[in-house]
Parts: sequence; structure tokens; C-alpha cells
Amino acid sequence: MAGRRAEAWAGVVLTSPALLVFTVFMFVPIALTFWYSLHRYSGFGRMRWLGLENYRTIADDPTFWTALRNTAVFTAVSVPLSIALGLGAALLLNRWMPARGLLRALVYVPVVISGVAAGVIFLRLFDPVTGIGNQLLTQAGLPEINWQGNGAAAMVSVIAVTTWQGIGFGMVVYLAGLQGIPREIYEAAAVDGAAGWRRFRRITWPLLAPTTFFLVVYSIITSFQVFDVVYVLTRGGPGTSTTFLVQYAYDQGFNQRRQGYAAAIGMILYVIVLALTIVQWRLRQRRDASL
Amino acid sequence: MTRIRVALAVAGVLVLMFPIYWMLRVSVAGTDELSTLPVALWPREWHLENFVEPWRQYPFLRWLGNSVVIAVVSVVATVGINLCAGYAFAKLRFPGRDLLFLLIISTLMVPIQVIMVPQFQLVIDLNLLDSLGGVILPRLAEAFGLFMARQFFLSIPDELLEAARCDGAGHLRTFRSVVLPLSGPLIAVLVIFTFMWRWNEFVWPLIVLTDSDSYTLPVGLQFLIQQFGSNFGPLLAMSFLSILPMLVVFAVFQRYFVEGIARTGIR
Repeated sequence: MAGRRAEAWAGVVLTSPALLVFTVFMFVPIALTFWYSLHRYSGFGRMRWLGLENYRTIADDPTFWTALRNTAVFTAVSVPLSIALGLGAALLLNRWMPARGLLRALVYVPVVISGVAAGVIFLRLFDPVTGIGNQLLTQAGLPEINWQGNGAAAMVSVIAVTTWQGIGFGMVVYLAGLQGIPREIYEAAAVDGAAGWRRFRRITWPLLAPTTFFLVVYSIITSFQVFDVVYVLTRGGPGTSTTFLVQYAYDQGFNQRRQGYAAAIGMILYVIVLALTIVQWRLRQRRDASL
Repeated sequence: MTRIRVALAVAGVLVLMFPIYWMLRVSVAGTDELSTLPVALWPREWHLENFVEPWRQYPFLRWLGNSVVIAVVSVVATVGINLCAGYAFAKLRFPGRDLLFLLIISTLMVPIQVIMVPQFQLVIDLNLLDSLGGVILPRLAEAFGLFMARQFFLSIPDELLEAARCDGAGHLRTFRSVVLPLSGPLIAVLVIFTFMWRWNEFVWPLIVLTDSDSYTLPVGLQFLIQQFGSNFGPLLAMSFLSILPMLVVFAVFQRYFVEGIARTGIR
């Protein structure tokens, strides 16, 4: 059939630029990363075949496990926090109020700021000696916190910055979701006398499930990739207490020049994120099927 | 009830805006003022030279120029690529389509730090180290933009496309003269988001750009952190200047930032 062939031809033509850049700059580098992970490689000179040796070394590498745990803790706290606050902002700013557009825009401002600039801003805020953070704590009669010397406090500071930058995106996506809920459903609920919390619990929240799903998947993926803020704010420290998997892979690859080892950490990271995404996809399909 | 909502919203926004306010407040402070505690909430002195002095010592204007070139070239190329591919993946049937789309989407889950090693090798092999091209080319593969484009095109009714084809237009012409004119909102969203991603990009230019004259603003800013140490006044003044172009773009197009997500069908 000529029609089918013309359509396929147009499809190939229109996708070829994308396929070219994705092949050269994504698919090949991903395949090469796996290939490097089976070698000892300093970034230049010869590669030495190691088989699965890098992966075995990782299994006994305490820093790797620390980085994995840090990444898990960070994700488990920052993802629900920024999604919940984003939902709160969306619910607050969904219905009309004075200056609603301005307020929405201001909530979104931290999203458009570069991670480096955000890091610098909070570097100043969390300065243990002269930062306004500790100054406010003291004035409120609370003890000062050593944001850079205490591992848990450093983790809190990283979570604070990423949440600050994440609320706006959650809000915008939830606003889109809320606009997709037909008015009639709320009107019908009003007839049945559902209002306030009950209305949220029985109508809004379930109908926002696809939105929440998208945000959870997207936020987990991005939280496994957080780098810029950490690079500026804590440098992964004190010690390794805010070293995440990407920081560790970067450090091994570009500072220690163990690029094969870094590639192996990267492959593990990739498999974890892929597995998490597939599990969420399955859970969603099962839930949709049971409805 | 509305009053409570307004009060809550205003209070929340004030908290969120405080770090920005504090950046501006510290940016006009002198070193002495910042080391005498407590630091006053409103500036007592206005050291506006913080915004000017660093320009003399560092190639800030070059960094700004590099950032603009990288962002603009990336936006034009990436948006073009993603419009074409997004349409094809949404509306045209061709062999291997769904598998290819899945492969492209799966690259969203690859942190850039993971594949930076081979990408870096590639840039060296292409002789693009320390060049703007070396920053731009590998970032043309932008899966999230392609995803947004496809979502948008899925919402265009097939009947419209069939009508155009009944009039004798080929697939490529239908795309150019029927679909693209309808895609204004999508193009706006893709332009704005791609601009933001490329403007704020840090680790990839950090690796590729080695000479301080070829830095982008985020890389230059990270360089200034080391230079200024605890001299926070000029550091935060420069931070503010580095995000100012992005803030202006946001202020002009904020309608698209905030509503664009809904229009591209992500929810």
C-alpha cells in the first residue's frame, strides 16, 4: 500500500534527527558505560578487562553503601515533602483570590533558579557562624545548629534547598490536574453534602491519582540525579554524610580517575531507578485494574 | 474562608521568598557588616559596588555571552528536533515506533553523571573540548521535551489530519502547514523549558569547559565561590546577576510556565 509506505517514510524522516542525536549522545554512551564498567580505565590509555570485578568491589565498598543509604533517605524525605507541599500550594491557589497569578508565579520562582545559585544562597543562609538561619534560631531561643559540621543537619539543609526548588513544579502540575476535574462532579458532591476534608478525600485525591503518579515517578527520577546543590552546598560532607550515588560516581570517575569503577556505580544507579519506575508502573496498572 | 486561604497563601509565599530577599540583602552588604552579629534584616549600608567590582576582575560578560549562545542555539535545535519527532511518534505509524519511543523515554532515568565518561571521550574525539559546541551537541538529546511534544500532538484529532490529507497534502506538508500553526502553546512551553534547562545546566559545562574565558554563568559562579571565599556581598550580587536573565524570561513568559504544563497534557 502506497499510503502506508508514505506514512512510514514521513515517520522515518521526522524522527531521524532525534534518532541521530539520541543514538550518538545517549544510546552509545549508555552501552559504552556498561562496557567501561567491565574494565579498569583511567580515562586515557589502555583499558584492562576485569569482568565483574568492579561490581564485586562495590559490594564490599562501605562508601558505596553509605551513598546508597543517603540517596534512599534523601529521596524518601524530599519526594513526599515537595509533592505534599506542591499539592497544598495548588489547593490554596486553585480557586480565585486577589493576586492569585502573582502568588502562583512567586511560588514558581525558585524552580527557575540554577542549582548553583540556589546553593550559594543557602550557603549564606546556613553559614554556621554568621548565617541568618542560626541567627533566627537564637532569637527564637533555640540552640544553634552546625549546618556544615553535623551530618544530619547537612542532610536537612540539602533537603530544604531541593524542596524549596521542587514545590513550584508540583504546584503547577497539580493545578493542571485540578483543572482536569469536571465541575459537575463537585456539584454532584455538594448535593450529597460532601464538603471540606471529605470532599478532598473522596473526590479530589482519587481523581488526582494520575497526576500524583506522574509526579512521584518524575520526582524520584530527579531526586536520584540531584547534584548541583550538593556540589555547592555541602560537597558531599561532612565526611560522606551527604554523598549521594551520583556524587560518588562523579568523584570516582573525574577526581580519582577510576572511570571503570564510576561506570559500574552508574549502571547500578540506572538499574535501581529503572526498577523503581517499573514497580510503580505495575502498581498503578494493578490498581487501575482493581477499580 | 477566602480570608484564611489568602493569609495562608501569603504566609507561605513570604517564607518561600525569604531566601531570595536575603540574597538581595546580603548582596549590598560590606564584609564588616556581615561579620558583626546580629545582621540587620534591612541594610544599613548600600555597597552597590558589589555588583560592579567583580566585572573588572572576572570575565563576567564573556560568561553571560557564552550562556546566551549555548541557551539560544540549544533551544532552536532541540525544539526543532522534538517537534518533528514528537509528531511522528504521536501520529505516524512506522516500524519500530513504540520500541524507539520507549528507549528514548528510558534515557530520562540515566543521570548525566553516569554517562559523562563516554560522552566526555566523544567530545574529545570530536575535538570539541573547551568549545561551546561540546556543551551544546550532547544535550540535543532531550527526552522530556520530546515526551511533552508527543503528549501535545496526541490531543490533536485525527480527523483534522485526515481532512488535510484528503485535500492532497502529504504527511510532511500536513505537519508543516496544519499541525505546526496549531502548536503555538507547545512551542512556547518547549522553548521556555529548554531555555531554563540549558541556562541552569552545571555539571556538563563544568567538565567540558576548561578555560575560564569559556565558562557559562553557573560554572563561573562556582569558580567565584572559591575566589571570594567568605566575602559574601559580591558573591551574592553575582549570583543574583547570573539568575536575573532567567528571572526576566520567567516574568515575561510566566503564563506559559504555569499554564503550559496543563496545555501539553501532563497530569
